[in-house]
Amino acid sequence: MKRVYVNEKWCLGCHLCEYNCAFAQTGEPDMARALKDKTIHPNIRVEDGDDVHFAVNCRHCDEALCVKSCITGALSKTADGVVTIDQDKCVHCFTCVLTCPYGCILPTEDGAVTKCELCLKTTKGKPACVAGCPNNAIVFEER
Amino acid sequence: MGINYIVPEYRVVRDPDRCIGCRVCERQCANEVHSFVPQTGKMAADDAKCVNCHRCVSLCPTGALRIVKNEDTFKINANWSNKLMQEIYRQADSGGVLLSSMGNPEPYPIYFDKILLNASQVTNPSIDPLREPMETRTFLGAKTKKIQRDKDGKIIPNASPYLELKTPIMFSAMSYGSISYNAHESLARAATELGIYYNTGEGGLHDDFYQYGANTIVQVASGRFGVHADYLDTAAAIEIKMGQGAKPGIGGHLPGTKIVGDISRTRMIPEGSDAISPAPHHDIYSIEDLRQLVFSLKEATNYQKPVIVKIAAVHNVAAIASGIARSGADIIAIDGYRGGTGAAPTRIRDNVGIPIELALAAVDQRLRDEGIRDNVSIVVGGSCRCSTDVFKAIALGADACYIGTAALLALGCHLCRSCHAGKCNWGIATQRPDLVKRLNPDIGYKRLVNLVEAWTHEIKEMMGGMGINSIESLRGNRLMLRGVGLNEKELEILGIKHAGE
Repeated sequence: MKRVYVNEKWCLGCHLCEYNCAFAQTGEPDMARALKDKTIHPNIRVEDGDDVHFAVNCRHCDEALCVKSCITGALSKTADGVVTIDQDKCVHCFTCVLTCPYGCILPTEDGAVTKCELCLKTTKGKPACVAGCPNNAIVFEER
Repeated sequence: MGINYIVPEYRVVRDPDRCIGCRVCERQCANEVHSFVPQTGKMAADDAKCVNCHRCVSLCPTGALRIVKNEDTFKINANWSNKLMQEIYRQADSGGVLLSSMGNPEPYPIYFDKILLNASQVTNPSIDPLREPMETRTFLGAKTKKIQRDKDGKIIPNASPYLELKTPIMFSAMSYGSISYNAHESLARAATELGIYYNTGEGGLHDDFYQYGANTIVQVASGRFGVHADYLDTAAAIEIKMGQGAKPGIGGHLPGTKIVGDISRTRMIPEGSDAISPAPHHDIYSIEDLRQLVFSLKEATNYQKPVIVKIAAVHNVAAIASGIARSGADIIAIDGYRGGTGAAPTRIRDNVGIPIELALAAVDQRLRDEGIRDNVSIVVGGSCRCSTDVFKAIALGADACYIGTAALLALGCHLCRSCHAGKCNWGIATQRPDLVKRLNPDIGYKRLVNLVEAWTHEIKEMMGGMGINSIESLRGNRLMLRGVGLNEKELEILGIKHAGE
């Protein structure tokens, strides 16, 4: 399946992907209005070292530990292999947060967890982090 | 110095309603203009450090930033401009020569903008390039003087070595050192895809780029950096650099701090040593000396490769070109006074040399008058800014154009003219690894290909409008040009008529 991959050679650590992700989640037409004075909860996060930067988001593992660990069936895999979350079913037990080996599932302010769903549910059509990356460091491809 | 005499040239204006404090501007500015103030939770800017490269403006996701000319001014004086006053303050502070980068920005006349093109009406049909073939293929090198046949009547292939270009545009010389590895890779890959050539400049050829040799022109300049047998053998052509439009009569100086790692190896000089290109070639003091170097290089490459001699456009350029055309060189490259540079003394850049349009017209005419125009091809550079500049240059007599600044603009350059500071935020004129990686050659080469293809479409469109279907028919076709607002002398030198004539 097509996944979001990061070529760390080209990642500048600008963190634009985090803001594009958070913006895509809001469904608003204007980023300034959508994110002004808000704390963002992006589903992609840039890890910064001294000379190395790379963005990390859900790997959509074939054997997804988060799906296996979910006690309510809120996390599931679509036929295409995308790990999705039904936030209405989430009971905030955070087992998935603990089991994800990549740290890619995080709680939100209202309790339910959030994770990358490859922008399936946003209005962007394709992953917003990929579209907005200024250096082609984030790609959406089959590997 | 206790007093700061320098007033910032530009101001950073941030729209507080649009700034979301993402700090992208802060992370992207190598000049450290932007900063986050924890006490207020807001971003701040230090205008004095801003070079107006627009990196922050381009990357700001909410369009919250603008860079504006600082309206703060000294008392207006038509003789003593603010710029001159600041330069005096700067020199009084430093005691040094003023340095600048990229081409001459001063308001001298631009002759390309005072030349208009012809088109067909009624009596001669124009051609639609989308329906009919249009030839932009160009050959550079000495023209065959006489067709020779063997005893069976077959043509003896006695053509001089030549370059074949799909379109009459090449990337001018920019050394590895003055521009980054990724900028070089972008140029090399674009030239290969476009079927044209890029030029190494005087920095040698990085090992990784030998694979693009068939589309590479290698330079031999006064410092001879990076020149060795493989370097010459790999290339499609060899260029002897006598001068550069941005700084005629001046050599080059890449400071030792930039001679590190790959650059030191590619230039074949020790790490940390200054790379000084002398002003003259110490073995060339006459056309006869130049001829010796031309033939040394031809001998070294078994007479398989054309040799280019590049000169800056100076006052007696026509006489110099006449000499070069007799020196055995195959191609003359002329660089006008608006040509770019990675660093040059400001006074030299802004005051030395002549416009490329006049130099080109004078050289082409002189070589025709002397019957030696076919000895050489002429390539011009020094601010070919768009397809019409290329088109007009060809009609004035050029065989092809070198583009340097336009190519860098395609890669992201915003002409902030701070290359000499080595902190290019666009990853072009820098060797800092964190900045170099900002230019992804996968994106860069594609943008260069797009640019040259777009220009080629426009050139075909203009040729079609004139009823011309081959670039050969445009070359030196000055009847297709008319001047506007030019005096008799200018028209005479350009060899064109005034509009209405």
